[in-house]
Amino acid sequence: MVSTMAVDSGTKHAVVQAISAIPDPEIPVISIADLGILREVVLDEDARTVTVTITPTYSGCPAMELIRSRIEHEASVRGLAVEVRTQLSPAWTTDWMTEQGKEALHRFGIAPPGPVRAAGPVPLQLRRHVVVCPHCGSDDTTEIAHFGSTACKALRRCNACREPFDEFKAM
Amino acid sequence: MSADRSEDTSRVPRSAWAERARPGAQGRGATEAVSEDTSELAAQGGSAAYLLGVADDAMVYAQRLGEWMTNAPQIEEDMALGNVSLDLLGQARGLYPRIGELDGTDRGEDDYAMFRDERQWRNVHLVEQERGDFAREMARMLWFAAYQNELYAAQLASSDPVLAGVAGKAVKEVRYHLDHARHWVLRLGDGTDESHRRMQAAIDWAAPYVDELFEDDPMSLEAVQAGLVAMAPSQLRARAQHVVEATVAEATLTMPEAPGWRSRGGRDGLHSRPMGFLLAELQHIARSHPGATW
Repeated sequence: MVSTMAVDSGTKHAVVQAISAIPDPEIPVISIADLGILREVVLDEDARTVTVTITPTYSGCPAMELIRSRIEHEASVRGLAVEVRTQLSPAWTTDWMTEQGKEALHRFGIAPPGPVRAAGPVPLQLRRHVVVCPHCGSDDTTEIAHFGSTACKALRRCNACREPFDEFKAM
Repeated sequence: MSADRSEDTSRVPRSAWAERARPGAQGRGATEAVSEDTSELAAQGGSAAYLLGVADDAMVYAQRLGEWMTNAPQIEEDMALGNVSLDLLGQARGLYPRIGELDGTDRGEDDYAMFRDERQWRNVHLVEQERGDFAREMARMLWFAAYQNELYAAQLASSDPVLAGVAGKAVKEVRYHLDHARHWVLRLGDGTDESHRRMQAAIDWAAPYVDELFEDDPMSLEAVQAGLVAMAPSQLRARAQHVVEATVAEATLTMPEAPGWRSRGGRDGLHSRPMGFLLAELQHIARSHPGATW
């Protein structure tokens, strides 16, 4: 029997749950399912195989290799053969992040991404971009650096509580 | 800038051509030398050769930007330029295996990045130039990101599904690169006398390398015919140049006069002096220890 399941549909299959729960290696408070990079898990119980489709966040994201090996590990400890497919299109967007995932980021001290701007090349403006401090809740924050500790984050500082924090960029 | 182009392109650009003039090559037209030296590139066929240009631009600039790690003016810039480099590396990695399918050689990403010689690379001269000061890097990134921003947008509906996928992801990343370069050009141009002077010098420095980005080489035109990309390079220019000009004006800088020489030949595998050194650094480990893994 082949069962295709939406990743977030609360399945009973232990392997699907285990794969969904794999933490992002660089932001371990969020799972790859909540991050939206786990697109599909297809379990063929008769053939003892599982096919997993993932979409990278950024083209050069170094975490993908590690995620792939974690998926292979979770399958192999359950005696399953595994195929991990990387799918580029449609491109990953922060809109695929679950509310639960955004909540986890916030609790961890990372400002979650807002909604994505309109697609296509747009004339770039110096824009007023409001980001709320995950520590004190103030919206009086300043960007320190466009690129933070990873490609997906920017570095900001709260002008109210003076704490620095990461912002997950909307894209 | 393009009005007097036919007159200017007949001149010999001093950086690229004079240095590689060989005994016996004198008196021969540059184009003749190109077609002779790059028969392998031409034989690859349109789609593969076109994609190789896109991928090689990204790969070579990724390598140049990587040199800024620990050399940038502040640690945030180490990270920023490293992240931009990583995005570009990822774009190239997405394309190389597809090129291996299209050209029938089934080569993988390492075969393209690590085991090709200089004449087999199709990148433009802008990205291979040596790392200068930080202002120069921002001038280069401004032009290159403005170009890539339009290029990837024109590839979103590509007839090649892999290229469309890479472009869909890359166009979002490049927007950040462009924004980053824009902010620095504004800050440096509209900053102190020293930063203004050096930012202006950097914008002037980049000018001779710009035309090559928007040059309609035969393989790009073939790619338009094949539906790989919606627009020829020359059609990307107006919008990209608008972004650069608006930034330069806002930064209280001035666009340079039409340059007296222009780079050319990169898409045909003919490169300037820094390219060999760049490849030596990029490739020597892989070539010294073929097949090594860790």
